[in-house]
Amino acid sequence: MAYVPHTPADVDAMLTRIGVSSLAELFATVPAEVRFPPIDLPGPQSELETLQELQALAERNIDVTHTPWFLGAGAYQHWVPSVVNHILLRSEFYTAYTPYQPEISQGTLQAIFEYQSLICDLTGMEVSNASHYDGATALAEAVIMAQSAARGARRRVVMSGAVHPEYRATVRTYTQGMALEIVGEDDPQRPLADLATLVDDQTSCLIVQSPDFFGRIADLRGLADIVHAHKALFIVVVDPISLGLFQAPGALGADLVVGEGQSLGSALSFGGPYLGFLATRQELVRRMAGRLVGETIDTDGKRGFVLTLSTREQHIRREKATSNICSNEGLNALAAAVYLSTLGKSGLRQVAELCYHRAHYAAQAIAALPGYEVALTAPFFDEFVVTCPRPVADINAALWHDHGIIGGYDLGQPFPGMERQMLVCVTEMNHRPQIDRFVAALQEVAR
Amino acid sequence: MATNVCPSCLYTTSHEWVRIEGDRAYAGITDYAQQQLSDIVYVELPEVGATFAKGDNFAVVESVKAASDCYLGLSGKIVAVNEALESHPELVNTDPYGEGWFVCFTITNPSEIDSLMSPEEYAEFAAKAEEEGNH
Amino acid sequence: MSEPIIYELSAPGRKGATLPALDVPEAPLPDQALLRDDLPLPEVSEVDVVRHFVRLSQLNYGVDLSMYPLGSCTMKYNPKMNEDAARLTGFSQVHPYQPTETVQGCLELMYRLQEALKALSGFSAVSLQPAAGAHGELTGVLTIRAYHVSRGDTQRDLMLIPDSAHGTNPASTSMSGMTMVELRSDERGNVSLDDLRAHLSDRVAGMMLTNPNTLGLFDEHLLEIARLVHEAGGLMYGDGANMNALLGIAKPAQLGFDVMHFNLHKTFSTPHGGGGPGSGPVGANPELAEFLPGPLVVRDEAEGTFQLAMPEHSIGRVKSFYGQFAVMVRAYAYIRLLGAAGLREVSEMAVLNANYLQSILKEVLPLPHDRPCMHEFVLSGQIEGAPDIRALDISKRLIDYGVHPPTNYFPLIVPEALMIEPTETESKESLDYFAQALTQIVAEAQTQPGLLHDAPHTAPVRRLDEVRAARNLVLRWQPTPKA
Repeated sequence: MAYVPHTPADVDAMLTRIGVSSLAELFATVPAEVRFPPIDLPGPQSELETLQELQALAERNIDVTHTPWFLGAGAYQHWVPSVVNHILLRSEFYTAYTPYQPEISQGTLQAIFEYQSLICDLTGMEVSNASHYDGATALAEAVIMAQSAARGARRRVVMSGAVHPEYRATVRTYTQGMALEIVGEDDPQRPLADLATLVDDQTSCLIVQSPDFFGRIADLRGLADIVHAHKALFIVVVDPISLGLFQAPGALGADLVVGEGQSLGSALSFGGPYLGFLATRQELVRRMAGRLVGETIDTDGKRGFVLTLSTREQHIRREKATSNICSNEGLNALAAAVYLSTLGKSGLRQVAELCYHRAHYAAQAIAALPGYEVALTAPFFDEFVVTCPRPVADINAALWHDHGIIGGYDLGQPFPGMERQMLVCVTEMNHRPQIDRFVAALQEVAR
Repeated sequence: MATNVCPSCLYTTSHEWVRIEGDRAYAGITDYAQQQLSDIVYVELPEVGATFAKGDNFAVVESVKAASDCYLGLSGKIVAVNEALESHPELVNTDPYGEGWFVCFTITNPSEIDSLMSPEEYAEFAAKAEEEGNH
Repeated sequence: MSEPIIYELSAPGRKGATLPALDVPEAPLPDQALLRDDLPLPEVSEVDVVRHFVRLSQLNYGVDLSMYPLGSCTMKYNPKMNEDAARLTGFSQVHPYQPTETVQGCLELMYRLQEALKALSGFSAVSLQPAAGAHGELTGVLTIRAYHVSRGDTQRDLMLIPDSAHGTNPASTSMSGMTMVELRSDERGNVSLDDLRAHLSDRVAGMMLTNPNTLGLFDEHLLEIARLVHEAGGLMYGDGANMNALLGIAKPAQLGFDVMHFNLHKTFSTPHGGGGPGSGPVGANPELAEFLPGPLVVRDEAEGTFQLAMPEHSIGRVKSFYGQFAVMVRAYAYIRLLGAAGLREVSEMAVLNANYLQSILKEVLPLPHDRPCMHEFVLSGQIEGAPDIRALDISKRLIDYGVHPPTNYFPLIVPEALMIEPTETESKESLDYFAQALTQIVAEAQTQPGLLHDAPHTAPVRRLDEVRAARNLVLRWQPTPKA
C-alpha cells in the first residue's frame, strides 16, 4: 500500500522484536466477539481511479468560474490572488500541527501573529485570537464570553433579527444548556435604536450585524453608550471586505467584533472550511476563547513567538476553560494574512469600492425594471434586497434554466412571507457586461 | 528547596495564608505554593465588595502552564485588592507574605479563626507536602 | 537574522495586487460618518509577500520533512492527490446556497462519506457538520442531553470523565451546561471499575471515554463499563481521537458507544494546517440519530438525487452551512483509495509501529504501563542519574536530531509524560532512527546534561521566554512610537 512503507520482511522483524507471532496477536485486548468485523466498503483502487472518480463528482456541480453569479448571504465570491494558494501549498505550513514546540514552529506562529495584527487593524480592535471554525461559531463564542464577563449573573442576550439566520441558530445551539433568554430576533426590520431599548441590567450583550443579513449598513453610533450604561457588551458581526471602506466597529465602541473571514482568501468550497475571526479589547483578553500568539525573546535575546495565555484553554483549565476549542482554522488564517498583505492598504480599499459601485449600478438598473423594486434609501455595501414580481424560487429557476445565471438568495427560505424578496450580491467578480446580462435576464423572467 | 513560613500568619491546608489585623485580615498564597507554581504571570482578584464564605474560591493564580484556584481561609467581605499584582505578578514569587498579598477583607465570622493552622503546624504540613511531592 | 514582520517591510505607495478599473459610474458614498478614514494595512509588493511567507515556511517543521510522533495527534503523511482533489473547481468554487440540483456531486460525496463512516463505526447515522474534534464533542454531549430531556429525564446533569481524558472532554461538558465527574484510572491504565460504580446514579447523563485511551491502551473492561453505564440509564460518548487504532479492528458501536466523533484530520489523513482546519463528524446509534445537528445529506431513492434534511429533533446547527467540505473531499479520497482492506492495514501497521518502538524504548526510559499498546504509548521522561532533566529537555534535544518531539506532559496521570504516536506511515528505518536518537539523548543526559538543558541548538530560535510573553502581553504588531 502506497502510504505504508513496510516490506513483509520489515513486518516479520518487528513482530519478532515485539515478541508476538502475528499481527492479530497485537489486538488480544479487543473483545473477541467484536474483533475484526467485516467492513462494507468498496475495494481499494489506484490513485488514478480515485482522482477520476472525484473529477466525475466535481463535474456534476456547477461552479462559479463558469457562470454569472449573484449569490452571497454569508459566503462570497471574491478574487483570490494566486499568491495565496501557492503559500498555502507550502507543506511546511499545511503538514504542521498546532505550534506546541515553538522553536520549530516560528513560521506558523509569526504568520498567526501577523494575522492577529491585521485583524486588529481591520476591525479597529486591540486583540484578535488565532481563529474560530467560522463566523457563526465565532459569534456563539462571543456570546459565551459576554456571559463569562458578567460572571454568569446575566441571563439576557439581545440579538438583532437581521443577524445571519444560521449564526442566530448556532448561538441557540451552543447556549441551549445555559438557560439564557435570547430576545430581539422576532422582527428583522426592527430599528436598532428600538432594539437597544431591550438592553437592561440583566443583559450580557447586544448583538448587531453590519452590513446586516439584508445588506444594509447599520448606523452603530450611540449604541455602545446605551449598552455600556447597562454594563453589557456590544458585539458587532461584520463583513471584513466592507471594512475596506466602512468605519471599523472598534471606532464605534464595539467590545467584540466577529465575522466570517472566508472572503479573505478562502475558497467557497461548498461552505467550508471557512474562517471565524474574533477581536476584542485588551481588558477582555483573559475571557477570550481560542489560541493566542504573543511576542517574546529567546535565550539569545532574539525576537520569537509563542502560544500564550494558555491557562484559559481546555488543555490546562479543563472544565473551567473559556471554551472547549482546540483545532482552529489555522490554514485559513494564513490565507487571510497572505490575502490582506497582498492587497494591502490600497488594494482592499479598491476591492471594497468595486463591490460598492458595481452593486449600486446593479441595484439602480434593477430598480428601473418594471415589476421589480429595490429599497435604495438605506446605505448598503455589496448586497441589497430586490422585491420581485414572482416568487424568487420561480425567478431563480428561470434564470438558471433559460439564461445560465445563478440568481440571488431566496429570502423566503429563512423568512416565511418574504418569498418574493431576493438578496442580490455583486462583488468585484461581477463585471459590467455580466451585470447587464443579469438585469436583462431578470426583465425577461419577470413574467 | 526550603519553604518560608511567616510567623505572624495563620494557614489553610490549601496553602493560603491569612494575617489578622483587628477586625480585618489580609490573605495571599504561601511561599510553598508560589514555589510549586514557579513564575507567576497573572493573579485574578475579586471585586471590592464581594463576599466569600470560608473555603470559597476567591482568586486564581496563573503560571505559564497552570492555573490554580485560591480559597479564602475565613469568611469575609473584600475591602481592598492588591492592584500592584496587575502589572507585577512576580511580587507573589519574590515576597509572598508581604508585597505579594492578594486581598484585604473584613472578618465576618471570627469563630472560624480556630480552624486555621498555626505557623508551626503549617511548617510541618508544608514540609510533608514537599517530601511527598518529591516522590 | 529574524524574519521581519510583514508591516516592517511596508513602504508607502507600494502595491501587491492589481485590480480592474471601475467600469460602472461611481455611486455617491453615504454619510462620511459611516466611512473609515484610515486603513492601516501594510503596503508591500507581491515579491515581498512571496519571499516573506516562503521564508516563514522554512522556519516550520511538518510531516513532509520527517517523523512527527506527536501523541494523540496522528501526524501521518498527507497524500498529495487529496490536495489536488480538494482544489478541483467543481468542489472549491461551489457556493453553499446554490440550488441543490447544481451541487449533486458535492452532496453525493458527502452522502458516500456518511455511509463510509457508518460502515467503519457501526453507527446508524452520521452528521458531517462539526468542524473539529472538540466541536464534535460538544455536538455529542448536547445530543445526549437532548435525548434525556426528550424522555423527561431532566435530572441527568453529570458526565463521567476519566482522569486520562483530553481537556476538551471536561470543557465540552461545561459548555453543555452539565457537570463533569472525574473517574480514576487503575494501575493497569484502565478506568477504575470501583470508582465508576461509586459514581453511577440516576443523575448520570453519560460517560465520555477515549478508547484506546490516551495511554494508548485498550480498556480491558470496556464492555463491562458500557454495560454499567447503560444499566444506570447513561449513554456512552466515544472520543474518536484514537480511531487510527480501530479501523477494521472493531466498530465503536459494537464496543458499546452510543455516539462518537471522528477526527478526519487525524484518522483519515487530512492535513493539520498548523492548527486547523479539522473536521469532526459525529456518528450515533438509532436512539440518538434524530437529535444530531444538520442538515444531513439524504438520498431520494425514487429520484436518485441527493438532498439536505434536518433530523427530526435536531439540537440545531452547530455552525453555518454543512461542515468542512474541502476536508471531507480529502478524507473521502483517502477512504476510497484504501478501501476496507487498506484501512485495516492502516490500523494494523499503526499498532505494529507503536509496539515496535515501545519494545525498544521501554529499555531506555520508564514505561509506567507495561503491556501491549495500541497506536501510541506513554513513557516517563525521568532519567536515572539525571535528576534535573525533565521531559521537556528531552523533547527539545530531539529537535537537534531532526525529529519532532512527542507530546509532553499529557496525559496528566503520568509524571513527565512523553506520549509517542509514530503512525503507520513511518518506515522501520525511521522508527529505528528515532529510537537511536532517544537512546543517545538519555546517555547525554547522564554525562552532559547541559546539552539537554540548552537544547535546541540547531533550531531557528533557542528556547523562548514564555513567562515574559505571558507577563508583558504583545499580541499584535504596532509601529514603534517616533522619538
